[in-house]
Amino acid sequence: MGKVVEIRWHGRGGQGAKTASLLLADAAFNTGKYIQGFPEYGPERMGAPITAYNRISDERLSIHSNIYQPDYVVVVDDTLIEAVDVTAGLKESGAIIINTTKSPEEVTPLLKGYKGKVCTIDAKTISVDCLGKYFPNTPMLAAIVKVSGIMDAKEFVADMEESFKHKFASKPEVIDGNMKAIERSLLEVKGI
Amino acid sequence: MAIRERLSGNEATAVAMKQINPGVVAAFPITPSTEVPQYFSSFVADGVVDTEFVAVESEHSAMSACIGAQAAGVRAMTATSANGLALMWELLYIASGSRLPIVMACINRALSGPINIHNDHSDSMGARDSGWIQIYSETNQEAYDNMLMAHRIAEHKDVLLPVMVCQDGFITSHAIENIELVEDDKVKAFVGEYNPEFYLLNKENPIAVGPLDLQAHYFEHQRQQAEAMKNAKKVILEVSDEFEKMTGRKYGLFEEYNTKDADVCVVVLNSTAGTAKYVVDQLNEQGKKVGIIKPRVYRPFPVDEIVDALAKFKAIAIMDKTDSFNAAGGPLFSDITSAMYAKGVFGPKVINFTYGLGGRDVKAEDVEAVCNEVLKVAETEKVESVYNYIGVRE
Repeated sequence: MGKVVEIRWHGRGGQGAKTASLLLADAAFNTGKYIQGFPEYGPERMGAPITAYNRISDERLSIHSNIYQPDYVVVVDDTLIEAVDVTAGLKESGAIIINTTKSPEEVTPLLKGYKGKVCTIDAKTISVDCLGKYFPNTPMLAAIVKVSGIMDAKEFVADMEESFKHKFASKPEVIDGNMKAIERSLLEVKGI
Repeated sequence: MAIRERLSGNEATAVAMKQINPGVVAAFPITPSTEVPQYFSSFVADGVVDTEFVAVESEHSAMSACIGAQAAGVRAMTATSANGLALMWELLYIASGSRLPIVMACINRALSGPINIHNDHSDSMGARDSGWIQIYSETNQEAYDNMLMAHRIAEHKDVLLPVMVCQDGFITSHAIENIELVEDDKVKAFVGEYNPEFYLLNKENPIAVGPLDLQAHYFEHQRQQAEAMKNAKKVILEVSDEFEKMTGRKYGLFEEYNTKDADVCVVVLNSTAGTAKYVVDQLNEQGKKVGIIKPRVYRPFPVDEIVDALAKFKAIAIMDKTDSFNAAGGPLFSDITSAMYAKGVFGPKVINFTYGLGGRDVKAEDVEAVCNEVLKVAETEKVESVYNYIGVRE
């Protein structure tokens, strides 16, 4: 069994955490990896805490359970830190990435003694600046790629441009904004 | 060259249906199978299939429409889950008893109540004696491949029975994973044209479908149906061989994983078999001699073959993702132990584990605990408890 990178996403219904996990799976797939991207469905409603998962590997994945000892955790909404045990099982060799205006030093005390790497990114400001709207998932996707190093950042940028051209074929005006959001996010993740 | 893709199990099923291009798809949405007709209806709207999509008002009507369409002379398909399958109940028997080779995707989900939308096998296991061939799928790839093979099996002149292709709701149906697709033209050639010998709209040779059939002939018809189910085993193997020639992917009646040197075996269906492979790989490295048998074809039940494969083990754990509420073990356990007794195989000690009901996540540790328990039975030659549960709070 080769190295498997396991990622857990925490978000709120409607923020696109599930979509982000699927986009990450897509991006990793495009670099030749074996991937899994799956949400944990609960009582779906806007604003409720939701969880999604990724496994990324060089070899075929056979396990089909949820992820309990993730290498990385991505928190799409910092109000979840007090509602959900976001660091549960998180490996100290890994990292947590939080969408917040705060610095890593400011959020670390809220993480129940987690000793691994704490990274933050202000996805809201980036999203509003680049897209004119608050869609945190594109910045968070860039942040996890940067922090985890699961793929080459340049390759990721090129791949996302292709994906956006395809995905937004009917509204090309949003492609530039999304690409800017990705490039800025790659630079603005704190705590690496 | 195969097409490298990443699709959820539901998308993979819908893509298979697109490539098959059936005459009629009739379906009613129910979680977690909803995406199958949803994706498929977009193929209809885009004009990439010739199928008539019938948006019915219930699953009872979905299966009724499939029966009508297939009897009329075209391929009919549907998808459903849980209570949707339950609402089809009387029609399941009418489809098989009328010898109509309808193909269904069953996206396994727990039957209510209490209401639950997540995975277990209580839906399709309840339909195990409805006269449908049942094929179970560990992954999106298997769900896709089994769907491509389903019509060839169902429509074979020695079979003429409906086929249900099962996969785990959410766990595979909603998970994006790598998959290799077969090119459209190859699928078309493999599945072939549908040319039924008898059908309602053939004015040259008029027939009746589903007429009154009383003491004089009903029993003979049931006897023929039973024989068709027996014949299906051979046909499934032939079709699977041909599929392997096309894709390189080998399928049998069941899969044996690391069983060669194993002393004990875990028997488990669908996605949990994947988790079990992950666990067994690690246990084998620790020198623990445990293997897996994953039934693929559950109806017809491969009595001879599965007993031959199981006879050598010291102990066997059979995992059921449904509770039969009979105080006598789950369906897979009952079928396997009954088959062993009938074939005169009394050597292996056999225990049963009910697991994962209503989507309770099946962790690697759960499967590991099952493996360790069956290893203990083999070592001590003692069965302390035949009927067990794993992953439940008691």
